[in-house]
Amino acid sequence: MFDLDKWQEIFSTIRKNKLRTALTGFSVAWGIFMLVVLLGSGYGLENGVKREFQGDAVNYISINSGVTSTAYKGMKAGRRIRFTNEDREIMDKIQYVEKSSSRTFLFQENNTISYKNEYGTFDIFAISPEYRDVEILTMTSGRFLNQKDITDYRKSVVLGRLVYEALFKGGEEAVDKYVKVSGVPFKVVGVFDDPGQDRDVRRIYIPVSTAQRVFNMGNNIRNVCLMLGEADIQQSHQVVEDVKQQMSERHKFAPEDSRALFIFNSIENYKQFMDLFAGIRFFIWIIGVGTIIAGIVGVSNIMMIVVKERTKEIGIRKALGATPRTIISLILQESILITAFAGYIGLVAGVGLLELVSNLIPAHDYFANPEININIAVAATVLLVLAGAIAGYVPAKKAASVKPVVALRDE
Amino acid sequence: MAQLLVIQFLITTKDNRIDMISLNNINKTYFTGSNSLHVLKGVDLNIEKGELVSIMGSSGSGKSTLLNIIGMLDNYDSGEFHLNGEFIQKMSEKKAAYYRNKFIGFVFQSFNLISFKNAMENVALPLYYQKVSRKKRNIKAMEYLEKMGLAEWAEHLPSELSGGQKQRLAIARALISEPKVILADEPTGALDSATSMEVMDLFHEINDMGITILIVTHERDIAAKTDRIVKLKDGIVDSIISNGERKKWLADQVMA
Repeated sequence: MFDLDKWQEIFSTIRKNKLRTALTGFSVAWGIFMLVVLLGSGYGLENGVKREFQGDAVNYISINSGVTSTAYKGMKAGRRIRFTNEDREIMDKIQYVEKSSSRTFLFQENNTISYKNEYGTFDIFAISPEYRDVEILTMTSGRFLNQKDITDYRKSVVLGRLVYEALFKGGEEAVDKYVKVSGVPFKVVGVFDDPGQDRDVRRIYIPVSTAQRVFNMGNNIRNVCLMLGEADIQQSHQVVEDVKQQMSERHKFAPEDSRALFIFNSIENYKQFMDLFAGIRFFIWIIGVGTIIAGIVGVSNIMMIVVKERTKEIGIRKALGATPRTIISLILQESILITAFAGYIGLVAGVGLLELVSNLIPAHDYFANPEININIAVAATVLLVLAGAIAGYVPAKKAASVKPVVALRDE
Repeated sequence: MAQLLVIQFLITTKDNRIDMISLNNINKTYFTGSNSLHVLKGVDLNIEKGELVSIMGSSGSGKSTLLNIIGMLDNYDSGEFHLNGEFIQKMSEKKAAYYRNKFIGFVFQSFNLISFKNAMENVALPLYYQKVSRKKRNIKAMEYLEKMGLAEWAEHLPSELSGGQKQRLAIARALISEPKVILADEPTGALDSATSMEVMDLFHEINDMGITILIVTHERDIAAKTDRIVKLKDGIVDSIISNGERKKWLADQVMA
C-alpha cells in the first residue's frame, strides 16, 4: 500500500490520462459538493426558524380575551370578554399549570417614553414578574420586576435594549434614572436583551398593579400566560380545554365559541415546526442519498470504461509478468486515489460555499448559519470512495483474470 | 535389475532436460459457444538451449496458439510441456506470471508497447514486476536502449517512433529481464523488408549470447535465417527442416 514505486507508477498513469482522471474526479467531487450544500442549507433553514423560537419559552399557553360571536344564556353576541386579576388566579389553579403571568398591552393615547431630551414611542406592557420566563429575557444591567414592585405598586420599569439605546446616548447608565412613561415618571430598575426578534426589545415592562392604578385600568388584564413546565402536547390540550370550560362558565360564553378567547399553544406550535423539520430533514436525506447513489453509478461507469480501455495494457503487463493481484491493486489504488482526492475537493468546495453564504448573507429570519456536520460529510466521502473501489474491483478482477492472449488479441 | 531400470529411466529424463522447450503430444481445443475448434492435435517438438527456431504454417495451422502455450499466455488441454526442465501444467496465475517474467521475453507483431509510457519506461516495465527499484531499472533500461541504438529516444512515446524503432524497443523490453527464451510472434509482420532483415540480425546477435529464440512467421526469407524451420499443418508438426537441408528446401519452394 505504501510502496513508493507503486505510487509513482500510479501517478505516471494519472498524469498521462488527464481526461479520464478529470471525468472520474468531477463526478465524485460534484456528488459530495451537492450533498454538503444540500445538508448545509437544510441545516441553515432549520437554524433560521429555530432562531425564531429562541428567546421564547416553548412550553406556554397564551390566552387573550376576545369578543363573543354567538349568543349564549341570554347574552347577545358581540360582547367583549374582559379578564381581571381573578381570572389569572383561577387559571393558575388548573392542572399542569406550573405558574402563570399576565401581560397587558397599554393602548395609551400618549405612549411616548422620554428621558431628558430623548424620547420615542415604544410598546408598553404591564406584566407580572413571572412573565420573564415566557420571554426568557437576559438582564444586561439591573434587575427584572419582582413581587415587591407588584405589591408596593412601585413605579418601576425595565427597558428593552433598543429602548435603552434610543434614550440613553453614549452608554449612560440607566438604572436608578427616571424615565417618563406617558408623562408619568418611572424609575429604571433594569435593561434587558432578548436574542429573538427586534420587536421583543423595542418595548418596556412595568408592574401590572402599578399600571392598573396609574393608568386607570381597574383590575383588568388583557392576557394570561400559563407556563406548563414539562407538560406534553396532550396535557397542553387538556389545559386549553379546562381554560375554555372554566372561562366560559365564568364569563358566560359558549365553550365552543372560538372568538371569545384567542389561545396560542406554543407547545403545539413548536411541535408542528419540529415535525416540519423532521420532514425536511428526511427529504434532504433522500436527495442526499440519491446524489451519492448517482455519484456511485458515475464512478462505476467510468471504472468499467477505464478497465475496458486498459484491457490491452493489462494484457501487456501480464505478458511481462504482472500477477492478477498487482493488476487489480494498480487499478483500484488509482481509483481510490482519484475518488478520495476529488471527494476532498468537493468537500472543501461545499463547506467553503456554506461558509461564504454564512458570512455574506446576514442571519435571516428563516435562514441562519448554514453548516454541516463534518462527520457526515467525511462519512459520505468515504462511502463514495469505497463504493468507487468496489465498483472498480469487479471489472478490474474480471480484466485481470482474462488470459493475456485474449487481452492482446489485435482488434 | 529393477533398480537398474530406474536409474536408466532417470538418465533418460535427465537427457530430456537438455531441451529448453520440450512438447509432447500437446492438444488444444477452443470452444466458442457450441462450436469447438481442435487447433493443436498432438504436437511433439523439442527445442534445444541456444537454438534459433522458426515456426511456419498457413493461417489456422495453430502456430500462434503453440507460441502462446509455450509463453504460458494460454493453457493446453493434454500432453506434456517442459520449459527449461520444469514441467509446466495448469498453474496459478501468480506462478505463470512469475515464470513469464523470469524465463520468457515476448516480441509481438503489433509491438504491444504501452502508449502512455515513454521508451525507457516501457523497457523498464518487466523489472518493475521483479520489484527492482526505479533508479536501478531505469539505468538498466538505458543500457538496453543504448544497445538497440535508441538511447536518444528514451524520453519519446512509442507513437513518436518508427516501426523498426518500436520493434527494437520491444526487443529491448524482452531482453531486460534476461530471459532464457524469446518468443516472437510475427516480429517482422509490420515492417518493411530492410527493417525486417535488421531485426533478424538483431535476433542473431541475441541468439549468439545463448538465448533460445522461437519465431513464428509466414515469411520464407525470415524463416530461412533460422537454424531450424518447424512446419505446422492442421495442428501437427508436418516437417522439420534443419540447417543443412535449408538450401534444398528453399530451392524446392522456388520450384514449386
